[in-house]
Amino acid sequence: MYDVDEIRREFPILDRRIGDKRLVYLDNAATSQKPRRVLDALTKYYERHNANIHRGVHRLAEEATAAYEESRAKVARFLGAPGTTGLVFTRGTTESINLVAYAWGRKNLREGDEVLLTEVEHHSNLVPWQLAAQATGARLRFVPIREDGTLDMEEAGRLIGPKTKLVGCIHASNVLATINPVVKLARMAREAGALMLVDGAQSAPHLPVDVEALGCDFFACSGHKMLGPTGVGVLWGRPEILEEMDPFLGGGEMIREVRLDHSTYNDLPYKFEAGTMNIAQAVGLGAAVDYLGELGMENVREHERRLGEYAYGRLSELEGIEIYGPKEERTGLVSFSLPDVHPHDLSQLLDEEGIAIRSGHHCAQPLMRRLGVPATARASFYLYNVEEEVDRLVEALARAREFFRPYAI
Amino acid sequence: MSMMRELYTQVILDHYQRPRNRGKLEDAELEEHLLNPLCGDEVTVCATFDGDKVADVKFSGRGCSISQASASMMTERLVGKSREEARAQIEGFKAMMIGEREFPETDDLAALKGVIRYPSRIKCATLAWTAFQRGLGIR
Repeated sequence: MYDVDEIRREFPILDRRIGDKRLVYLDNAATSQKPRRVLDALTKYYERHNANIHRGVHRLAEEATAAYEESRAKVARFLGAPGTTGLVFTRGTTESINLVAYAWGRKNLREGDEVLLTEVEHHSNLVPWQLAAQATGARLRFVPIREDGTLDMEEAGRLIGPKTKLVGCIHASNVLATINPVVKLARMAREAGALMLVDGAQSAPHLPVDVEALGCDFFACSGHKMLGPTGVGVLWGRPEILEEMDPFLGGGEMIREVRLDHSTYNDLPYKFEAGTMNIAQAVGLGAAVDYLGELGMENVREHERRLGEYAYGRLSELEGIEIYGPKEERTGLVSFSLPDVHPHDLSQLLDEEGIAIRSGHHCAQPLMRRLGVPATARASFYLYNVEEEVDRLVEALARAREFFRPYAI
Repeated sequence: MSMMRELYTQVILDHYQRPRNRGKLEDAELEEHLLNPLCGDEVTVCATFDGDKVADVKFSGRGCSISQASASMMTERLVGKSREEARAQIEGFKAMMIGEREFPETDDLAALKGVIRYPSRIKCATLAWTAFQRGLGIR
């Protein structure tokens, strides 16, 4: 039974007041809030077990290592990974994708090769490939979107070919609320002999994810968007591919034997975890996925789907509003523009009412250009948001509009 | 909404609604485009000169009320100034926006004082000014 009132009680920050108004937090696509059990896991780790991992033989080092590795196993299960070998902790989605673009890209891309991305990508799945392309001479190509914001899969079929070495796609769009057909893309990639990378920053927190079922070769996500602490993220990769890749960062822990002139590298996944990792944060992420597992990702998805639908309907009542993305099959976020009010001014006026939304380009400047807008406003929901908060948003938007309407250009 | 009245003063809203010197100059000697990477807002400022003095200034682009109003106020201030005076005026304004200098009470610019309390919006207010500064060759 999905009891949203009970869930809300798990999140201390939801009691926060902004001025005299109760916080309405609708910026979950940027980062989620943290349940008490994640905060407790961090505190407990530092109060009871803090030590560096994989090295010391003392009790604390053993405990810290066990907690860290247990967390890896939890996250692997959560993502449907067949084991922990391919489960690398990183700093977040951005670092995960940079790791692939650097360690796989520079070794395997050549002049004339192609990396196929989409027009919807977050900068984190675009800029690393631009860097890899500059370094190797490979060429970036892009699957366009149709008018409703969904991917033009016919065009994708034409773009994937023998030159394609990797296809990269954001699983759920942080702007359009679309869920992209990554299973289909992965199949097309495989048939062309290319690898498939899925940017799961906006899917792992909100949808059931199974990397095996997706058929991808790499999957990246961020802990802080899925109830975990900042500073920890995940790259899952097929072990046989990770094995062939060069290291990303060099230093402690990622080595087996170091000589002055050369080194050999550690086994997976440690080969990609150089230096002291964000241990406490990884442990916190373990507590987060435990909680998500308890709630059930199917239930989380259903709650957000309903709330997103409700928000779409309520926002549509506002005269002249433009809502981006398709009408159906959406995740729980809504990007929109109101005539007469710039998104910046909108979020400022909403802040005054204790409502946190995002305005700007959402780290997707090429997509903004494609939509023909400099910026949009975005309300993004999570498992603890309720309809009453959507109502407060809509009322505040109506007031903001009244405030600016006399000055409309 | 009372705090909002402090931020969105009548002067700002007036400049937002009826921006002064909006447009482009065909024969501009100074033209500079600047993007606010935080929000995607953009501005282009251009100017013609009569000897060393700014003869005409125009701005174009899209942005929030703060950035548009501030750009509009800037254009009014720079006409007739020498390059050196324009430079000093811009530096003075930017110093006000980071609290290093007082806003002159009698000046319309004081309408932007409320922005200081919202650090994320200071860049909006200084966008056009920074563009002009760059146009003058100052980085």
